[in-house]
Amino acid sequence: MTGWIGRILLVAGLAGLSACTTPDQPVDTFDPYEAQNREVHNFNRGVDSVALRPAATGYGTFVPVPLRMGVANFSSNLGMPGTVVNDVLQGDLIDAAHNTFRFVLNTTLGFGGLFDIATPAEFPERSTDFGETLAVWGAQEGAYLEVPFFGPRTERSLAGNVGDLLLNPVNYVFGPEYAAVIYGAAAATVLDNRYALGDSLDQILYDSADSYALLRSLYLQNRRFELGEGGTGSEETAFDIYEGLYDDILE
Amino acid sequence: MTTFSNDHIGRRTFLGLMAGGAVLALMPGAARALTDAEARSLIDRVVADINRIINSGQSEAAMYRGFEQIFDRYADVGAISRSALGPPARTASSSQLAAFGDAFGEYLARKYGSRFREFRGSDIIVRDARDRSRYIEVLATVALRGQSPFSVSFIVSDRGGSNRFIDIVIEGISLLRTEQVEIRAMLERRGGNIDRLIQDLRSA
Repeated sequence: MTGWIGRILLVAGLAGLSACTTPDQPVDTFDPYEAQNREVHNFNRGVDSVALRPAATGYGTFVPVPLRMGVANFSSNLGMPGTVVNDVLQGDLIDAAHNTFRFVLNTTLGFGGLFDIATPAEFPERSTDFGETLAVWGAQEGAYLEVPFFGPRTERSLAGNVGDLLLNPVNYVFGPEYAAVIYGAAAATVLDNRYALGDSLDQILYDSADSYALLRSLYLQNRRFELGEGGTGSEETAFDIYEGLYDDILE
Repeated sequence: MTTFSNDHIGRRTFLGLMAGGAVLALMPGAARALTDAEARSLIDRVVADINRIINSGQSEAAMYRGFEQIFDRYADVGAISRSALGPPARTASSSQLAAFGDAFGEYLARKYGSRFREFRGSDIIVRDARDRSRYIEVLATVALRGQSPFSVSFIVSDRGGSNRFIDIVIEGISLLRTEQVEIRAMLERRGGNIDRLIQDLRSA
């Protein structure tokens, strides 16, 4: 138990860390590391074109759909306990109960999570992560980053990824001997996602006039929407930093 | 100083101002004439057309023509294209703007037509319309089989003279904002040459 307290303290420290870079005033794109980020972007694009994309094409072409779905479901199910921890840390007990029920249903009747029977039973995943927990706790988004191999992040979402790694109970229940299964399923799911994104991601990475700027814009818009931070289309527009988006049309 | 005629002019001016004031007083009303219900019915028609196209089983080329018609009929493509172009739109000639608007409309239909094509077999359902003070946001969801539904919003305004949508926002990603990034990068790559941009957009 003391280990857990230490872990939560460590993770809480990430909240402070993630607030290290802040703009003087709200801006829609805060990218002080743009020069380095662009180099990482070119590196990631290279990784995609020589490794990820061909591997994903192979995976998507040769592995039958039911098997791919099973692996993706299994991996997603292993993430649920961590999601529930974040729901609790955010004080969202309704989502915590919802996701717990989902986890129990899929783990038992869904054969260890291979089948997602919860979604058709009106219990779709209500996703969240430690990056969102940090946001709920008041941490700022921080600077935009492109991380080698992992792609677009904000400082806060990167801190969140580290937090999620530490907080997911699955990583403690199953010892290192299961790591190959857990991370193997996660890696296969990355391939599956890359395969599913197919043309859309190709269009962004390879057909755009400035794939770095486009990916940055798409990531930030979607991330803010997911976090309900006033992106266009979200429930809350009180903090809408896109307020000026329609100015030249509506003036 | 005060003469009869000046007074006369003064009164006319006063009356003129009154009339002007009455017009001004009506203006916000005119600008706010668009109601939630009207915006929603516009998007109901857009969504019915999109649903019809994506589930029609017609060829890709025919689908893109269909999407282009949707943009022509229901979107303010001129305003969207000028906003995507940004500040250079103010110095471009009217013929350049017209040609750019046309090329941009075709480009949008191809690009977003191929995205909407992925919604095949799904249903777009209009859920709600919300007054965002300067525009109305019509919220819809796309239900794809076996997946959690995701959100699509249409931003509707009547500022261009008729009720039109000026943006489509999918899971928080605004078509307008995204095209601002893309079109401005394309223009920059062409040394700010709008004519070359128009040419290349037609084949993009």
